[in-house]
Amino acid sequence: MSHDMRAETVTITGHGGDGIEAYLAQPLDGEPAGGVVVIHHMPGYDEGTKEITRKFAAHGYLAICPNLYTREAPGASPDDAAAAARALGGVPDERLVGDVAGAAAHLRTFPASNGKVATIGYCSGGRQSFLAACSLELDAAVDCYGAFVTRPTPEGFPLSFGPIIDLTPNLSCPLLGLFGVEDQYPSPEEVAELEQALTEAGKEFDFHSYEGAGHAFFATDRPSYRPEAANDGWQRIWEFFGRKLATA
Amino acid sequence: MCTYQTTTLGMEGSGKGAEGWFAVTDATVYFDHPVHARAEHTLNIDLINPSRGAGARVAMELDPQSARALAEAILQTLATAPPGLLDTTAAG
Repeated sequence: MSHDMRAETVTITGHGGDGIEAYLAQPLDGEPAGGVVVIHHMPGYDEGTKEITRKFAAHGYLAICPNLYTREAPGASPDDAAAAARALGGVPDERLVGDVAGAAAHLRTFPASNGKVATIGYCSGGRQSFLAACSLELDAAVDCYGAFVTRPTPEGFPLSFGPIIDLTPNLSCPLLGLFGVEDQYPSPEEVAELEQALTEAGKEFDFHSYEGAGHAFFATDRPSYRPEAANDGWQRIWEFFGRKLATA
Repeated sequence: MCTYQTTTLGMEGSGKGAEGWFAVTDATVYFDHPVHARAEHTLNIDLINPSRGAGARVAMELDPQSARALAEAILQTLATAPPGLLDTTAAG
């Protein structure tokens, strides 16, 4: 693996045929590769998320991160776009699924694509990764501390998301879940509820909850960063994708 | 955690953002991750005008103590404003 890559901003076709911005990173070695759709966290399509996207390319995956806030804030800085999206109530679930489907389809068009695609999401993107995996045919999905999967957002939250736990029987692929024991959204109880639903539905999953870690422990630019949890989490992601996205 | 918690309200006034002054029409108030402040969570205020694009925004990320002090100072200032002035419009 050379770690050489090309990374650039592209336009892909998202939900409803809309052209949306995306950040694409692809290895240059030309070897057959699996694809990874990176679903950004609530603070948006920011520098940290683009860095994560490049990390997947450095490890040999075709990686793409759609800008889920393209429509609300075309061309805006990530923080302004996140504020605009928040003011409008967040990303509708149906639109998210359409945008991820478009990103996955885009990856499959590359000659190097081996046809397999996974999703990974952080924070609100963790919930959306699970949602996408319950709505689309995927090969693997990673949920990094996504809340409001088993429970609705509390009363009075303008950003209202209903529980999506009922979709569990539709999960199309194995799920890796990485959580912090000290997180409140999702709380350990919510994680346990999701585990129970996956078990009852007979789904393949692998959950890890880290002591001493709360929400956003992967975020290297935030005080919540927990290197031990993040390093172990990354190792589990590489092993998981190594098995599920391997070229046949 | 991402709290998702957000209060939105209509506003009338002006703010100065990255591209100069603009009319403020809305505000969002939320306690969540900051972009810039060195804290896990802050009280965030966005004074915005969505019709002028996402960049028409005055943003604040305040630690809870500062946010309370600011809120109290605003209310105190309004409470002690000269009688009669509060009823005049911005054009007055």
